[in-house]
Amino acid sequence: MQLFSCPFCGPRDETEFLFAAEAGKVRPEPAPEVSAADWSKYLHRVSNPRGATREIWVHQTCGEYFLMERNTVSHVVANTQPLRGGEA
Amino acid sequence: MTSHRIGSIASETLRFTFDGTRYHGRADDTIASALLANGVRVVGRSFKYHRPRGIMGYGVEEPNALVDVTLNGVTTPNLRATTEQLVDGMAVQSVNASPVAASDRNGFIDRFAQFLPAGFYYKTFIWPDWHRFEPSIRAMAGLGRLDPANEPPANNPQIAAFCDVLVIGGGPAGLRAADQASKAGKSVMLVEDGREVGGSLLSRSAEINGQPGLEWALQVAAALQAAGQRVMTDTTAYGVYDHNLVALWQRRPGQSDAQWRVRAKEIVVAAGAIERPLIFPDNDRPGIMLSDAALSYLARHNVLVGRQVVLATNNDRAYSVADALRRAGAQVTVADLRSGAREGAVANARIEAVHGAKGVEAVTISGKRITADCLLMAGGLTPSVHLHCQAGGKLRYDETIAAFVPHENLPGLKVVGAAAGQYSLNEILGVGGEAHPYAIAPAWPQRDAKGRQWVDFQNDVTVKDIALAERENFRSVEHLKRYTTLGMATDQGKTSNMNGLATMAALTGQTIPQTGTTTYRPPFVPVPFGVVAGRRRGEFFNPVRRLVLEREHRQSGANFREYGGWLRPAWFGGANGPANIRREAMAARTTVGILDGSPLGKIEVIGPDAGALVDYNSYNTLSNLKPGRIRYGFMLTESGVIYDDGVTSKVSDEHYVVSCSSGHVAGVVARLEEWRQDRFDPSRVFVHNSTPQWATLTASGPKAKDLVTALGLGVDLNDAALPHMAFADGSFDGAPARVSRVSFTGDRSYEITVPSTKAAALLAAMGEAGKPLDAVLMGSEALLLLRAEKGYVIAGKDTDGTTMPHDLGVAGPMQKRQNEYVGRRSLFTENAQRTDRQHFIGLTVEGEQMLPVGAHGVERVNKKRRSIGFVTSSYNSPTLNRPIALGLIERGMERKGEVIDLVHLGQTFRARISDPCALDPDGARLNA
Repeated sequence: MQLFSCPFCGPRDETEFLFAAEAGKVRPEPAPEVSAADWSKYLHRVSNPRGATREIWVHQTCGEYFLMERNTVSHVVANTQPLRGGEA
Repeated sequence: MTSHRIGSIASETLRFTFDGTRYHGRADDTIASALLANGVRVVGRSFKYHRPRGIMGYGVEEPNALVDVTLNGVTTPNLRATTEQLVDGMAVQSVNASPVAASDRNGFIDRFAQFLPAGFYYKTFIWPDWHRFEPSIRAMAGLGRLDPANEPPANNPQIAAFCDVLVIGGGPAGLRAADQASKAGKSVMLVEDGREVGGSLLSRSAEINGQPGLEWALQVAAALQAAGQRVMTDTTAYGVYDHNLVALWQRRPGQSDAQWRVRAKEIVVAAGAIERPLIFPDNDRPGIMLSDAALSYLARHNVLVGRQVVLATNNDRAYSVADALRRAGAQVTVADLRSGAREGAVANARIEAVHGAKGVEAVTISGKRITADCLLMAGGLTPSVHLHCQAGGKLRYDETIAAFVPHENLPGLKVVGAAAGQYSLNEILGVGGEAHPYAIAPAWPQRDAKGRQWVDFQNDVTVKDIALAERENFRSVEHLKRYTTLGMATDQGKTSNMNGLATMAALTGQTIPQTGTTTYRPPFVPVPFGVVAGRRRGEFFNPVRRLVLEREHRQSGANFREYGGWLRPAWFGGANGPANIRREAMAARTTVGILDGSPLGKIEVIGPDAGALVDYNSYNTLSNLKPGRIRYGFMLTESGVIYDDGVTSKVSDEHYVVSCSSGHVAGVVARLEEWRQDRFDPSRVFVHNSTPQWATLTASGPKAKDLVTALGLGVDLNDAALPHMAFADGSFDGAPARVSRVSFTGDRSYEITVPSTKAAALLAAMGEAGKPLDAVLMGSEALLLLRAEKGYVIAGKDTDGTTMPHDLGVAGPMQKRQNEYVGRRSLFTENAQRTDRQHFIGLTVEGEQMLPVGAHGVERVNKKRRSIGFVTSSYNSPTLNRPIALGLIERGMERKGEVIDLVHLGQTFRARISDPCALDPDGARLNA
């Protein structure tokens, strides 16, 4: 059970959070100009790196989305910050 | 049977039975110490060969002494006799024995042992089919008996706690660590899985700071408590999880067990070490025991396990055990496997045979037969590194102590004392001075082992089984474990893993570190499921949501069922569901039905960008509605699949109310919130779920307008002012009331939404107004039937994970909309544009038999049947007086009028593909 720090609520158990997306993922649009390959990449491809990663998570109990930088191997959470006012 | 208790037996006041025989024990006894005190030697039968087995250990390591315990009429299976406290009135029964351990009728199996090698069952019962043999083999295998009546209450508390330092283990190393942390001003929790703190000091005499060791231990524990620290005995730390979360299982006398989840800034593992057995022929005979265990039974329970004891050892630690046993009156022969034996001991000893099937009678040592009633094994210590490894710690093999120890401490988790390979008290307490002698010379099993030498006692794995695994190339320790079951089951190899991997190392010619260990996983000991589950059982496992009007509905004779997580009336009246559903449906078509629609979503989207957000969220454009109007539409996933359907009401340009299916409210709120924060300016649009604050009661049927008129809500109900798909605000009983004309039945309908506090009053008023109109209360089943007559879809029932809006014939938005919406691009993929997609259609049955839901439409290609879709909904329509059905069928919309075959569980049906709407296709009833 990992401990994540919601930028609004502080440290909480992992079960209160949901993964939303890898940070920096941009929705390709408008639809008529998006190739099938690009759309498929958007829908299905995640880089899922071994090591350092930047992700968007949501704290379900307060409903806020935020940026989390963590390590997928060591599970060390390096930083969490709100989506706005930050660089996400 | 002679007593093995030293001194007076006057304190033996607790009564218990074992396999039906009555015995007495002391208040400080475990089941194991009481059995030993009474001279009981055979306590169970081994798992595979049904060999007689006795108690081998003292604590969690015990592989043999598993028992079923009946207390106050409740039987709990497979408890370890060594860790279970004796309670007056206990009925203890051996496991895997029929009828009892002392005389097991399956004992003959052992004579066929040479035909039962590792993998025997896999290899032998393949032909013709394992399942033919399985029942009889299963009946013979297994351990304790489940008592179907034993359903313990879901009353195990789950306690969350945190501290600076969590010390696991109440021995000298743990006490010292806790004491130091406490004195440094840190908050400390000390947990000890035994009944008392003290660890090795409970059985071995020592002097610490000039006082007896145990006195020192009790003093440290008392000082911790006086400083406000938590000292918990009978508490096992069974798992370490991410970010220093530790799970504790606490046994509480007279109360239900508790589970603690502790977050500690620092964890100190002082879990001690477990003694290893020695490997020699017939080393599993009852009366063969670990030397540490014998010492503990003597020191803590005054039980002398034998009077003529042979003590076999490969290290110096055992000599103090021999001394203690001699002082208690036993005659002890030390058989030292090393060349450097002490005076009086047999040097270079070889244990060649153990005589006595149901209890040691004699031991042959290096060719000489010695009469003995007990054989103790001192094979060296295995540090309990489980928690360190669970947390991801690595191990290093220390040749000097012949054991794996932590390679280096993890951040936030430190291993100390015997668990770290420190066996000397001076070293543990940091006082310098002479290290305790140990000088182990491991005697690992060799390839040429003679006779049957047990490595894993609980799973009946011998050296020969490991040799077979090696020959058949199951050489990795993980393969070895799975092939032979070495290290599995309730003891998880606490006494066997080290000997097992050392055997494999000897067989393969690899070193022990090259061979390595299997993976350590929680739990450290078997933990009752109820403790882990806590209160999340029965109705608390997944609690249903309850209507504010549940009590009123019960009084009206409602039969409840769960729909989308809500407990709702299925129908009203007696137990005869079909008749009542039919009655309600007929009434709703002829007079008026009253339905509680409160769980339907009421999600408010508010702000200058509200219109843009609801448009983006929806397949249909909503912002071009006029205020006061309502529109039906779909929400798609980004994959273009229908996620939910529902209606949206536009209150104003900056205020919409999104209504979705009852079961989808949380999901729709979540997706609105996600897009709000991800795509929009969250200061310009807000999402608020007000579903629970409002109750919605629906009047539906030809007389619905009369009923609503009688309520006097202050709303102009004239069809010109309030047409279908419009709403108006009035008031009821001094509170706001919204009247919406939407219909899920196909008849004229009014949804009346009031604050939840006014729900009961509104229901009463509608009942009163409905009386002269022959109104009925209607449950969900009748509604489901009425909507099916109209061909209205239920997302998730009549659609599946591939259904897109154009499969329902709703292609307008995808063809016309120019702006982005969720799932848009997915509607134009190759797959979405296929011409053989399954379409939502009606199925008109030939004959009077209903189509089963799930029946497959089939066609024949080259004489082979293939599925072209399936039935999603099926009902007997009281209005049409015939069966109706809905389904998803390939190219269904182009094949209307075609008759297809359907099959279900060997039955064949025929039906004509038709429009989903079977009643009133022009919609005249909406305004009738």
